[in-house]
Amino acid sequence: MAMAIKLSLILLFFLSSSFALYEDQVGFMDWHQRYIGKVKHAVFHTQKAGRKRVVVSTEENVIASLDLRRGEIFWRHVLGANDVVDQVDIALGKYVITLSSEGSILRAWNLPDGQMVWESFLSGSKSSKALLTVPANLKVDLDSPIFVYGGGYLHAISSIDGEYLWKKDFATEGNIDVHQLILPGGSDVVHAVGVTDSSQFDTYEVDVKNGGLLKHTTASFPGGIYGEVLPVSGGRFVVLDASRSVLVLITIENGQTHLEQTHVSDLIHGSSGNTVILPSKLSGIFSLRTDSCIVFIKVTNEGKLKVMEKVDKTVVVSDALPLSEGEQAFALVEHGDGKIELSVRLVHDMSSNHLKETVKMDHERGFVHKIFINNYVRTDRSHGFRALIVMEDHSLLLLQQGEIVWTRDDGLASVIDVTTSELPVEKIGVSVAKVEHSLFEWLKGHMLKLKGTLMLATPDEVAAIQQIRLQSSEKSKMTRDHNGFRRLLILLTRAGKLYALHTGDGRVVWSTLLQSLRTTSQQKCAGLKLHQWQVPHHHALDKNPSVLVVGRCGLSLTSPSALSIVDAYTGKELQSTSPAQHSTVQVIPLPYRDSTEQQLHLLIDADKHAHLYPTTPEAADIFQRESENVYWYSVELDAGILRGYGVKKTHPSNTVDDYCFETRNLWSVVFPSESEKIIATVARKQNEVVHTQAKVIADEDVMYKYISKNMLFVATVSPKANGPIGSATPDESVLVVYLVDTVTGRILHRMTHLGSQGPVHAVLSENWVVYHYFNLRAHRYEMSVIEIYDQSRAENKDVLKLIVGKHNLTTPVSSYSRPEVTTKSQSYFFTHSVKAISVSSTAKGITSKHLLIGTIGDQVLALDKRFVDPRRSLNPTQAEKEEGLLPLTDALPIIPQSYVTHALKVEGLRGIETIPAKLESTSLVFAYGIDLFYTRIAPSKTYDSLTEDFNYALLLLTIVALVVAIFVTWVLSERKDLQDKWR
Amino acid sequence: MEKGKGVMGSRKWAVEFFDNSSTPSTRDIPDPPGFTRVSHEQDDSTLSRQKKDAEANWKSQKAWEVAQAPFKNLLMMGFMMWMAGSTVHLFSIGITFSALWQPLSALQGVGKVFEPYKDSKVDLLAPKLVYIALNLGGMLLGVWKLNTLGLLPTHASDWVSSLPPAHEVEYSGGGIALY
Repeated sequence: MAMAIKLSLILLFFLSSSFALYEDQVGFMDWHQRYIGKVKHAVFHTQKAGRKRVVVSTEENVIASLDLRRGEIFWRHVLGANDVVDQVDIALGKYVITLSSEGSILRAWNLPDGQMVWESFLSGSKSSKALLTVPANLKVDLDSPIFVYGGGYLHAISSIDGEYLWKKDFATEGNIDVHQLILPGGSDVVHAVGVTDSSQFDTYEVDVKNGGLLKHTTASFPGGIYGEVLPVSGGRFVVLDASRSVLVLITIENGQTHLEQTHVSDLIHGSSGNTVILPSKLSGIFSLRTDSCIVFIKVTNEGKLKVMEKVDKTVVVSDALPLSEGEQAFALVEHGDGKIELSVRLVHDMSSNHLKETVKMDHERGFVHKIFINNYVRTDRSHGFRALIVMEDHSLLLLQQGEIVWTRDDGLASVIDVTTSELPVEKIGVSVAKVEHSLFEWLKGHMLKLKGTLMLATPDEVAAIQQIRLQSSEKSKMTRDHNGFRRLLILLTRAGKLYALHTGDGRVVWSTLLQSLRTTSQQKCAGLKLHQWQVPHHHALDKNPSVLVVGRCGLSLTSPSALSIVDAYTGKELQSTSPAQHSTVQVIPLPYRDSTEQQLHLLIDADKHAHLYPTTPEAADIFQRESENVYWYSVELDAGILRGYGVKKTHPSNTVDDYCFETRNLWSVVFPSESEKIIATVARKQNEVVHTQAKVIADEDVMYKYISKNMLFVATVSPKANGPIGSATPDESVLVVYLVDTVTGRILHRMTHLGSQGPVHAVLSENWVVYHYFNLRAHRYEMSVIEIYDQSRAENKDVLKLIVGKHNLTTPVSSYSRPEVTTKSQSYFFTHSVKAISVSSTAKGITSKHLLIGTIGDQVLALDKRFVDPRRSLNPTQAEKEEGLLPLTDALPIIPQSYVTHALKVEGLRGIETIPAKLESTSLVFAYGIDLFYTRIAPSKTYDSLTEDFNYALLLLTIVALVVAIFVTWVLSERKDLQDKWR
Repeated sequence: MEKGKGVMGSRKWAVEFFDNSSTPSTRDIPDPPGFTRVSHEQDDSTLSRQKKDAEANWKSQKAWEVAQAPFKNLLMMGFMMWMAGSTVHLFSIGITFSALWQPLSALQGVGKVFEPYKDSKVDLLAPKLVYIALNLGGMLLGVWKLNTLGLLPTHASDWVSSLPPAHEVEYSGGGIALY
């Protein structure tokens, strides 16, 4: 027993040493980028001296404090995916207050360092709008209350410690929907303004001290209302009626509510429907957007509406910013050609621009979506303004004095899909001077390293060595390298922007806002998938590689799709179809290429017709030839059905498109809806390379893997167990996993895990699938592995027959031959819950595999596939030990050194992509979420290359020393021989 | 010698290698007293036969000894192989290859080894055969060791592990509808 423990310890040590990273290797082949996402709210904190900052909340549920000078993140918190931030504000000048989860969680964060100070959970009885008001100068019994409306309640919370002061239930007051919380300056009354049943306008006045209702005024409006009630000035509100053609001005005076209606068409001539009141709060003025323009309307003291100005409808308006007593300013942004015009106006003097600046703006950033302004006092006591703008591509820019101070590419926080492209081949012909210089640098670097190795280096030199290692110009070159480490990562973001990142240092090489995916006022477009379109390797070498972006214009599955082909070297949109003639619900890259190395793709539309791309006669020819063997399948989650289809050669009768083909349903697998619900499906990666079909096991025996690209892993749970963990008892929840052949619909394997439930994360590679789920009986997460082997080949064991080539191992296989399969499986406990699972992939598939597990802590853990080997047993035989089989343990070990993200976190981890390098031992890993992380891993160590820090100088020195020694000894021996002869 | 001196005046001395001691008729100088000229062939023929037989015996014995020498080697090799174990490492590989190389080089020089014992009277065939057989035995031992180390392609796994996966006729793709 002691022996076994010792052995396993040695093994563990051996394994762990294979991934470990030294401290000085961090940043050497990995990079990490931190983002926050598209900004929703921004609050400036610039009053006091010291570090000026802006606190933002984003659509990725991030709260961050940014440095106003450089745009760096001071601190950042990522709230859960369901914890959507509703409002952000600053209280007491030192706390950041956030309201999230539809007004049910209120938190205070320390402004300088982002530590959470307090957290309050606010109960509510119904879902409602969440409102947060942090009064600036309100003191109630030495406390400064914060007013929160959420879940039908108005809460007053102490800003010092988050204690409840009082709460007022509005749910009992009828079906009121509170739109605004207003605290008129200097009074002790909170005004809650809302609408009941969208036809009655209510105002409640609540005492700030105890929550007592002081006054309630109401006025009914039979026309119904549209949108939100917007406060204009003290006691005045505007709202649109249900038909969006009448403006209602609400005036509250002496406890009376007056309604006054004005037709929009009376104010703006020739305007149609689609009128919206913009939410910008400008005192005494409100803005109205119609189909053609934005109109600023002033509400006079007499309660009359007066059109101040008409501007273009693409103009973006900020909230009003109080400058000094009675003075307020707001900002407008207008678009020009390659520039934007920022103008700041005073609310009381709309006629002239207080400030007008023109800023050059990259086309690829699109339109301005949001603007937040902040002022500062210049040395001559006049007001200067800085503007934080959010662009269409989700990037964040700070403008000041007509310049862009800093930019953040926060669109990269919402990556949808990833693909890669090779870099251009290096041009031959390098200048001699450059070679000499680089040779000198090289020698110098290696001499330094040698010094470091021999421990002769001074601390300065050690720092210089580290600097050389980290900033090697070699790794960020824009050319293809021999090992295939330098590549372009092409990322499609939710904003419809395509980015190309260099794997060497993570810089953005190019970015393109895809015109086909731009959301217009008519339709909302979004990207769906990114595929490699053309990869010139043998033919068409004059062409650059390109990628295909598939998107959709509209929200439903039947909306037309948008396609564009983008050059991977330059980011130019080569071809763009928006909207295309058909919808797209599936994109299937086919394993065929035409003579220019364009990959054939099938796009399946909502009517189950297959559309072939590229639309060339040559592609059609290739497809016609191969169409008999092309199948596709669909997973219908709601219905719980898997359907398989074949492609017909004929075109649908109602189209004249030569590239549209009919499909026919071949098979269906119907899961009983009362007992099973599909929760996860995983297929093999299309570009995965498998080296061999045989698995050599102990005693030189062979097992033949069942390697099929047409295998699908399906996991279903009982409908009751579909909810979160804890919602079902172990007896009610059953997890069933299937391996399905997607050509014939044959179920290769089925396994039931009683008392287990999802969420299931799985990865399918070669002939195995590893999946992660929750075991309710053991109260632990589990990981299971299924390996599938081909029995129909198992007889191929006669050496003589194999030598002379009499075997059926290389004959093409068809799924219709229904090969016999056997499976082996095993389950283990696993400590973490998992966000994503992936597997390392290498160029030839020879190197052993590592599972890459995105843990709940947003880190990526590398787990050797040998730990999830179903052949593990408690007491492996000597032969099995030699094979490298580990003794069975009930839990999978988590070795701290095997985190590929080492000390970093990839916040909001969503996916892990692995890309094979040209070097067989190495796999490139890209993890994305809100942050991006890239590194490369060598699951079996870099057995095919010397490590980057290999000391060539030492090797050279050794060789020289040896040669010298040979000469010296040769001369000495010659001399001795001569002397011997003379004796 | 005297003759040589007389003939060539310019030469100081010369050596006559032709031994004419057995042909007294040609010489004019009488033999010294007490010297009896006898031919080797005629003289004590029985004694030389005995001597020759002994030599042949000795040669044959030696040849047998040489022929059996690989046996000791074989035993030693076997012991060393047993010591080396069945895992592949530098030591076992070295021993195995020396076990293969030694018999091979010995077989190449089989003629040379028995050269000194070559005699018309000695039958070297049998010792040679034994020698060859023993060396072949040694080589077999080496091959067997190679096999136990797993370095010979005698298993099915050695022939199939490099075979690529078979090509699949059908192709299928798809999944959950994109949204």
